[in-house]
Amino acid sequence: MGLLSLAIWVPIAFGVLLLAFGRDEHARAVRWLALIGALVGLAVTVPLYGGFEATSAAAQFVEKAQWIERFNVHYHLGVDGISFWFVPLTAFITVIVVIASWESITERVNQYMGAFLILSGLMIGVFSALDGLLFYVFFEATLIPMYLIIGIWGGPNKIYAAFKFFLYTLLGSLLMLIALIYLYNQSGGSFDIATWHQLPLSARSQTLLFFAFFAAFAVKVPMWPVHTWLPDVHVEAPTGGSAVLAAIMLKLGAYGFLRFSMPIAPDAAREWAWLMIALSLVAVIYVGLVAMVQKDMKKLVAYSSVAHMGFVTLGFFIFNDLGVSGGLVQMIAHGFVSGAMFLSIGVLYDRVHSREIAAYGGVVNTMPKFAAFALLFAMANCGLPGTAGFVGEWMVILGAVKANFWIGLAAATALIFGAAYTLWMYKRVYLGPVANDHVRDLKDIDAREFLVMAVLAIAVLYMGLYPRPFTDVMDASVAQLLKHVALSKLN
Amino acid sequence: MIDNISWLAVYPEIVLLVMACVIALVDLGVTSPRRTGTYVLTMLTLTVVAVLQALYANTGNTFYGFGNMVVSDAMGNWLKCFATVAMMVTLVYGRPYAGDRDMLRGGEFFTLSMFALLGMFIMISGNNFLVIYLGLELLTLSSYALVALRRDHATSTEAAMKYFVLGAMASGFLLYGLSMIYGATGSLDIGQVFKAVNSGQIRHQVLVFGLVFVVAGLAFKLGVVPFHMWIPDVYQGAPTAVTLIIGGAPKLAAFAITIRLLVDGLLPLAIDWQQMLAVLAIGSLLVGNLAAIAQTNLKRMLAYSTISQMGFVLLGLLSGVVNGNVDANAVENAYSSSMFYVVSYVLTTLASFGVILLLAREGFESEEISDLAGLNQRSPLYAGVMAVCLFSLAGLPPLVGFYAKLSVLQALVASGQTLYIALAVFAVVMSLIGAFYYLRVVKVMYFDAPLTAANVSAPLDVRMVLTLNGALVLVLGLLPGGLMALCADAVVRALAT
Repeated sequence: MGLLSLAIWVPIAFGVLLLAFGRDEHARAVRWLALIGALVGLAVTVPLYGGFEATSAAAQFVEKAQWIERFNVHYHLGVDGISFWFVPLTAFITVIVVIASWESITERVNQYMGAFLILSGLMIGVFSALDGLLFYVFFEATLIPMYLIIGIWGGPNKIYAAFKFFLYTLLGSLLMLIALIYLYNQSGGSFDIATWHQLPLSARSQTLLFFAFFAAFAVKVPMWPVHTWLPDVHVEAPTGGSAVLAAIMLKLGAYGFLRFSMPIAPDAAREWAWLMIALSLVAVIYVGLVAMVQKDMKKLVAYSSVAHMGFVTLGFFIFNDLGVSGGLVQMIAHGFVSGAMFLSIGVLYDRVHSREIAAYGGVVNTMPKFAAFALLFAMANCGLPGTAGFVGEWMVILGAVKANFWIGLAAATALIFGAAYTLWMYKRVYLGPVANDHVRDLKDIDAREFLVMAVLAIAVLYMGLYPRPFTDVMDASVAQLLKHVALSKLN
Repeated sequence: MIDNISWLAVYPEIVLLVMACVIALVDLGVTSPRRTGTYVLTMLTLTVVAVLQALYANTGNTFYGFGNMVVSDAMGNWLKCFATVAMMVTLVYGRPYAGDRDMLRGGEFFTLSMFALLGMFIMISGNNFLVIYLGLELLTLSSYALVALRRDHATSTEAAMKYFVLGAMASGFLLYGLSMIYGATGSLDIGQVFKAVNSGQIRHQVLVFGLVFVVAGLAFKLGVVPFHMWIPDVYQGAPTAVTLIIGGAPKLAAFAITIRLLVDGLLPLAIDWQQMLAVLAIGSLLVGNLAAIAQTNLKRMLAYSTISQMGFVLLGLLSGVVNGNVDANAVENAYSSSMFYVVSYVLTTLASFGVILLLAREGFESEEISDLAGLNQRSPLYAGVMAVCLFSLAGLPPLVGFYAKLSVLQALVASGQTLYIALAVFAVVMSLIGAFYYLRVVKVMYFDAPLTAANVSAPLDVRMVLTLNGALVLVLGLLPGGLMALCADAVVRALAT
């Protein structure tokens, strides 16, 4: 079994084991077993870094075996510079989520932990699949655990949110399925993604394919105007669900653009780039403004996610290496930062059971340690230099300016909104005098929460101060991708 | 003159027939309230029959028997094998239920099931219009009686009446259509009919006229729109164990006769019947999925879901021939995708009804969707099985239902016809709507609080088979290659002759 297979199946195996564990009497053992599973899952991704050849754009750690002979489907795994970082990132966030949910989940703990571990394996599968159908199977299968996570452990309006999440994303992916089948037929019976990259396609089919993929990935990212499911889902989902959703699941969509839309339909991608850029700018600016007026912390961070993911798609569709690598860096950084933001909200929610900004005030007086961490994450969220949030946004803006000054300018103004809504929220929640008795009774974070926060803080700072390990890995693959996209596939 | 080959083609049928009669006699002496003796004998017989069929199927040989009246080929044998297994599973699930509802005072539950199975066998292996019709009648007559098995139960008898009247009408349609084709071609033998139609000597109008009635009759039996009205009423009205007998294995037989009549016999008319199937498929997907949303009764919802699932089967069937050109590859693709769809559908249906049967206790039917509330808290295992089935019916990977939909959509897209691709997109949108009502049941099981804390208990055999059945839906979703290859191979062999 290869490393990637281990990274996929170890968490799934632990997850299934947890499901078989039974009732909540064993909650303690279940938590420890889940933690062990998540840690082992993270451990098996570590050797990936050592063995990765950063100078090569080719897929590495390749595993290939016949899977469904009749449709020529292969169990074909591999990572290149584009997908590489998402494998350890997913495993890492899973560990964080398991620790962060340690005490807040008391009902059906085994199913909760099991669902997260299975989800983790499935998402790693999405990032490492090199076969179109395998990709689709992983991509779709993630809906099931996420639907259950939202629906079982979510807030009061959880059922509406769970359905909205499921049906929105399912509609998108079903259209993608048709596109995959079409490509399978066009390529003479192959589901190999690399083969599809080389496939000549007419302008019309490229356009249709581009929009079929757009349906799947834009909903998942989510881009404006199909983003409306995200705030609803974030508000209702349990803390861990929000963290995984923002940190990893949204990236599946953005990743799809790089893996499918751009290389398979390059002419259509270039032709429709203006649309993608326009939608991204709307996301960055308009949704940023929407975030500013939110009263619910989770909703605010959710809208800020949409805005930040707007930077990602903006970076991709300006077609230069700064933009694309910037988008990728932003994806990873957003993984850390949004994960941290949602977990911070979770810390408050566990104590006060409210996410209303107005219910807080002066938290820094009662929870100084926690407030310090929250400040760091808030700064990262507005893209302060030295934090992870800065690197990606800065690269994207540089890339955008290189492509077109006005696009760059528009994107850069959004940073102001980002700073405004984040800092304003921070001020209202944490600063000032103690607002009410709830806040007065708050206890500062315990060792477990401190650990979670500290690990994330280190990640955010490390990536902000020394992003080279992240960008080095990408360069070759991004260059290769851009070279490929620049060539026309027509005739 | 009957030679050895003839007998070879029908050994399993003979075993089944003889044993059904023997068991009916033996049952007279059985005194156990749960009919243990009858049950064990039935299961033994069915096991033997299933093994025989599997052995036949494995050789891949094709025999014709009784002067071309019956055929034993790989497709038929596999379908018969699956039908037998499905019937065994049905009886395992159904026995405790039937016992609780006073349906086991006599052994009819078992013997009628065996005769129904025999009817399916004859349908599947019929190579002659008359034989197919005889098989069909044997199946439906047994089913009428089974539906009415709870004599003192008003809804059951009402369902039986509806089923009988509409079923008789469908049989009439089919028989009328077949006689028209007989009139035009002068033969009841499928091979002869094919030759006659293919010669192009026969007046098209008469053939198409007959074809319309044949398709209508088949549509009744498959339960597709607009001939679907009986399905929800009968599914809901029949005792759940019988619903499963009707809704499980017979789908395999209905698929077989559709292939035999339309493909083996009337392929040259494909361009005509494809249009009809397209209309039926669109209607089924639309009505089935939309009407299912409004249902509060679980059996009724599953009935409408069946209608939409059969629409998918039709989509597979109609994509085989493009513009009247018969291309071996496309034909294989299309018909094997349909076969895969039917087989995986039956597998999933067995498990989902199995859970309903298991939850039904004495005097309590567990038919409403709300009866499943909080099932996850009462029994994570059964909730899991049900959820797996529902997600599979909705067509989500990695469950077997996904590959069924995938292969049908692939067959449609592979035709390259804009119309068919549009149909594929339509089917996809419809299955999105479908996902909504399947999800709603999952929601009730997982997100709602249980109405009762009663423990779910079941006999060991039921538990084991149900777990296995649910696991198979998942395992075949992870490794669908084998079953897919089997279906493709069976269809190729069946059509090569």
